[in-house]
Parts: sequence; structure tokens; C-alpha cells
Amino acid sequence: MEVFVQQLINGLTLGSIYGLIAIGYTMVFGIIGMVNFAHGDVFMVGAFIALIFFLFLTTWFGWALIPALILVLILGMFFTGLWNWAIERVAYRPLRGSFRLAPLISAIGMSIFLSNLIQVVQGPRNKPVPPMFTQSVPLFTENGYTVAIGYKQIAIMVITVVLLAVFWYVVQKTPLGRAQRACEQDQKMAALLGVDVDKTISLTFVMGAALAAVAGVMYIMYYGVVNFSDGFVPGVKAFTAAVLGGIGSLPGAVLGGLLIGLIETMWSAYFSIDYKDVAAFSILAIVLVFLPTGILGRPEVEKV
Amino acid sequence: MAHATHDAKPASQPTRVERAFKDAFIAALVMLGLSVPILALRTEQNMSNEVILIPRPWLVVICCLIVFVGRLLLGLFVFNRAPGAKPLVETPTAVKTAWAKFAPYAAQVGLGAIIAYPLVALYLGGPQGAIKWIDNFGIQILIYIMLGWGLNIVVGLAGLLDLGYVAFYAVGAYSYALIATKVIPATYPDLGVWAFWICLPISGILAAMWGVILGFPVLRLRGDYLAIVTLAFGEIIRLVLINWVDFSGGYAGLSSIPRPSFFGIPFNASETGFAARFGLEFSPIYRTVFLYYVILVLALVTAFVTIRLRRLPVGRAWEALREDEIACRSLGINTVSTKLTAFSTGALFGGFAGAFFAARQGFISPESFVFLESAQILAIVVLGGMGSLFGVVVASIALVGGIEILRELDFLKAIFGASFDPTQYRMLIFGLAMVLMMLWKPRGLISHREPTVFLKERKSISSSLVQEGHG
Repeated sequence: MEVFVQQLINGLTLGSIYGLIAIGYTMVFGIIGMVNFAHGDVFMVGAFIALIFFLFLTTWFGWALIPALILVLILGMFFTGLWNWAIERVAYRPLRGSFRLAPLISAIGMSIFLSNLIQVVQGPRNKPVPPMFTQSVPLFTENGYTVAIGYKQIAIMVITVVLLAVFWYVVQKTPLGRAQRACEQDQKMAALLGVDVDKTISLTFVMGAALAAVAGVMYIMYYGVVNFSDGFVPGVKAFTAAVLGGIGSLPGAVLGGLLIGLIETMWSAYFSIDYKDVAAFSILAIVLVFLPTGILGRPEVEKV
Repeated sequence: MAHATHDAKPASQPTRVERAFKDAFIAALVMLGLSVPILALRTEQNMSNEVILIPRPWLVVICCLIVFVGRLLLGLFVFNRAPGAKPLVETPTAVKTAWAKFAPYAAQVGLGAIIAYPLVALYLGGPQGAIKWIDNFGIQILIYIMLGWGLNIVVGLAGLLDLGYVAFYAVGAYSYALIATKVIPATYPDLGVWAFWICLPISGILAAMWGVILGFPVLRLRGDYLAIVTLAFGEIIRLVLINWVDFSGGYAGLSSIPRPSFFGIPFNASETGFAARFGLEFSPIYRTVFLYYVILVLALVTAFVTIRLRRLPVGRAWEALREDEIACRSLGINTVSTKLTAFSTGALFGGFAGAFFAARQGFISPESFVFLESAQILAIVVLGGMGSLFGVVVASIALVGGIEILRELDFLKAIFGASFDPTQYRMLIFGLAMVLMMLWKPRGLISHREPTVFLKERKSISSSLVQEGHG
């Protein structure tokens, strides 16, 4: 029981990070029907941007931890958004209306480019940050094992919930969200009704990247280390989460993220930690093959 | 280059220049925004393993300047040109007619050059100098050509985007390594010298079997989802190879894999070795040259089978499947068997290449079968022009050979400093090339296709006419 509760807490924390990345996949897929293969690497770039700003503020200017993290969060969201905006503008927008595999191949190229760019400009080694928020709140003790929830786990879950609320408000209640949903349903019709489709798609990429940047900050906070190759596996897991929840559905992405986080931690706790990535990839394959519409997705009927 | 501007109306010229400058300025500003967090500060570990930041403002300035000038030139000479303006660089008619005369013989001339290559290298470099050229350039490029041709069957002909092709390469390599190091010595040790020739077909067949096993669940998927699932399968196989230590040796991999023999005569310094039998002085060059011809023959078999299969009903069905799956089904083509044959044929050649790779290296580990390898093979197929055999050759030589040549260029060190290592830019260039290729020519370098069926005369069709359905 105590191990289970502890793993539940860890799983929900991890799941929050995956869920935030998964939103970027699901929104882009919803609006232009493309798997943004580079999104995992955008997350990694976001983590690096956060790392550099964090070190910049704390070691050069001696900022305290909490104000530095808040500023890092804002700067990270802005600059990662700018990166994804530029990527969309350069690598995906010219390919709209090209043959069907072109955007995917371009995105794979972009993914390779981003991870190797970081490797070249920031070096191939792991980048550690000093541990932060090491305290934790003990919940209960059973069989001599204390179940505790760490401060950073609380922070991650709170930030995720707040961001999701803001995000939900933007998509449901603002003109931008309305334009996004219109483009999702029918781009041509939306354009005829005066929606700036290009701008809406760009903003979708920016929003996805901003959430990925938050996930990047959390990743550094949680694991305390980041590497140029860290985009691939979390990216695939977040994509799995998006598909599991039903691609195109925002609540589905979060639900899928939490499920993947839970499955991963439970698998590590009860089966084998070596095979945890195998489990994630297997779930991806199984879900895509047997449940391609996901839990909350709408079935898609292909017309000739 | 200036002639392009004359066609525009004089009145519109200032605004165009202004616009180009404005665009260039904005592009430089965006570049500044992109580079400030990532390029301006470099993270380095100091002695006590703390990460410190090293500023390098000049890199940012240089990048912004490059973007500004590049965008300005693009804006002035490439974008926003008046409609109907002449293309910037027009191929002269003389070159065109010369190419038209040469084109039918290109394959023969290329093949001749490839066959003669090791001999030329030997003649120019001597036995010691030639090894590097034959091994690093010749064999390395030919392995990628073969893998490219194998993947071309799946991606180029059948239109199934496979991001896990390296899995079959791994199956081939591990099949050979395991059979040759564990099974044969335990059962028929006398067959040791023949190991490669016995295991080559077995490896290919095992890989093809895995092609069917992995192809079966993904029959219903198409497009992006198919790509992601094949990626997942590739990763699963690699992770199992890493974690199942008893079977595959884990991260450490398998070593002392027997090298191929000259049809039963080993390449060693012993009395029964190749050199002694033929009365030659012992030198490792014979094995290298022999390996070169082995992979050349394997690659040519792949090409030959591909060309012949395209004329058979199954090849026609592949190409029909690529164009439109729904139309295919309504015409009564069995899409299940069509897809499975494409997967298994592609995997077969991947398995052959894998067995050859293991035999050539003498050592394999899961490190050689990462996703990037799949992406690299895919990049070769895509850059070459999907479906084009000649394009794969051009792309392999350009990408694999180009990178190897980059390693040889010492003057780059003089420009960028002694610590400059061009090979670390390898994948960076690969990624960028994939993106730029999609932007410039989504159909690849060689985008003309030979029609499979023709009425009276053979005409090559432009790629723009070959529209892909959404099937």
C-alpha cells in the first residue's frame, strides 16, 4: 500500500510533465493533422533555455531561487515559443499542401537538427543543476515506510493545474481559441469567414512550445539534469500520451499523460526498471494498432 | 544575377528593395531572439562538476549577420520576383544536350567506375594508403546504398513510411553474430570458415520473418501512425538487445565475430590463408578488397531484384498501393499480402546488409542500431528521390562520402581552430539537409520516374505529375 501511494504520487508528477508536452502534439495534430516529430526536441530546447537562464540569474546575479524560477518560467515560455514559431515558419508552413509525407520528413529532419544543434553549441555532457526544493511533506507512515510528497512534486502539480485552467480558458473562451477550433474543423471555411489561418496555426505552435517549456523547467527541477538527447524518449512518451487520450482532444492529452506517467512508475516499481521504455513503446504500438482514436478521441471516417 | 531585377517594373523596384531590407532586418531580429538563450552562453562543467556559463557574444553577432545577409539576398534575388521572370540560373542548352546524350549510359558508366574503384585506389594509394579509401569510402557508402535500396522498396515503391528499418539491419547482424560465434562452434566447428556464407541467407530470412511479424500488426495503419509504430518497434528491438544481456551481450555487444572467408579460404597469415595459397605476400588489403566486392554484389542483387520486381504484378501492386490504397482495394488488390511482401522484401535486404556489417566490423553492439541510423537511411532514400535507385546512389555518395571527406579536410582546422571536428556536425547537416530538401524538392534529387507501363515509347514523367493520393 505505502509503495503504491508513493508511486502514485511520483506517477502523477511525471504524468503532469508528459501531459504538458502531449498538449503540444495534440493541438498541432488537431489543427493541421501532422505529427510534429520535433516537439520532443522543442521540449529539450526549452529545458536548455531554462537551464541557461536559471544559471544566468542565480550564479551571475545571485537571485533567490523562487523569483529566479518564476522569471525563468516566463522567459523560457517566450523563447521556446519563438523557437517553435520560427520552426513552423521555416520548416512546416511552406509544405502545407505538399505531398503527405513531406511535413513528417521535414519534422524528423528538424528533430535531428535541434538535438545536434544543442549538442554542438552546448556540448554533449549531462548538465546538472544544484538540487532545489529537497524538502518533503510526510503524509503517513505504514510498515516503517513514510510516504512523502516532495515540495517540487507539489509545485509541479500546482503549476500544471493552474496552466491547464488558463489554457482551457484561452481555448474555450477567447477569440483566439475560437479561431483555433474553427481551423481545426475546416481551414478553408474558417479562412472564408475571416480567420487568419496562418496566424492561428503559428499561435498554436507557440502555445504548444510554451507548455513544453514549462515541462522543460519542471524536468530540470525534478531530475536535476538535462542532456541534448533528452528530447527523444519523453517526446515519444508524450506522443503516446496524446494518442492514448485521443489525439486532437486536450483533456485527452492530460489524461493520457497521467496514465503514461502512472504506467511507467508502476511498471518500474513492480516489474523491471530496465524495461520501462519498452513498456512505453509497446503501449504506443498497441494503442495505435488497436485503439487509434484513443480514449476521448472521435473516430475518423476516411472519405474518398 | 542582376538580370533578374530588370524584368520588374521600375516603379515597383524601390518598394521591393525596401521590403527585402525590412524582411532581412526582421529575420535577423528573430535570429537574435533564437540565439540569445542557446548560443550566447555556453554551459561548461568546471573542476567541481558545477555548470558554469561562458559568454560568447561574437557567435550571436555572426549568426545574425549571416541571417541578415542571407535573407536580404533571398529577398532581392529569389523571392518576390516579377511573375514570368527568367530563372536565376538557367542550365545552358549545351549542357542539357550533352546530359541527354550521356543519360542512357549513366548507369553503365557509374557501374564501371564502382567496379574499377578499388583497383584505382590501389594503384594510386598503394596497399597501405588504399585501405582507408576502400574501407571508409567504398564499403561504407556501399552499405548505405544497399540499405537505401532495401528501404526504397518499402518507402519508395510501396509508400509505407518505415522509421524502424534499422531493426531488420540489427536482426541480420545479430543473427549472423550469434550463429557464427555460438551455434556453429558448438555444433559443426569444421564449418567455421564457411560461417559467413552459411549465415548470410539465414540472416536475411530471419530478418524477412521479422518483417512479416512486425508488418502484420501495422497493416491497418497508414501515413504518420505507421511511421510512429515502426519507430516504436525499432526502439523495442534495440532496448531488448540492450537489456537481454544473456542473449545479446547487452551494451557490451558481441565481439570476435568471424570474418568472411574467400569461399572457404580464410584471410589470415597462416599457411592455408588466402595470401599463402595464391603465393602473395600477406596484407590486410586483400580482405578489404574482397569485402568491397561482396557488398557490391549484394547491393547489385538488391537493385536487380528491385528492378525485376517492379515489372511483376507484386511490384505494380506496390506502386498502386503507394498512389491510392482505397482505389487499390476496390480494384481487388490484396493489400494485406502486398504490404507484407513489401515489408519482408525490404527486411530481407536489410538483414543481408546487417550480416555483412557484422562480418566486416567483427564487433556489434546496440549502439550501431539507434533511431538516428534509421533516420539516416530514410534521409538517403528521401534525398535521392523516393523510388529512384540512381538517386539513392547519388544521395549516399553525397551524404556518407561527403561527411567522410569533411573529416579529411585539414584546412578547415586552420580556419576554425585546431579543436574543430567536422564530424560532430554530421547529423546536424543531415537534419538540415532533410528539411531543406523537403522545402526545395520534396520529391528528391532524381525526381523523374521511369514509367512501369508504357504504350508506344518510353517517356520519363516529371515528379510533379505523379500525384500521391491520400490513401
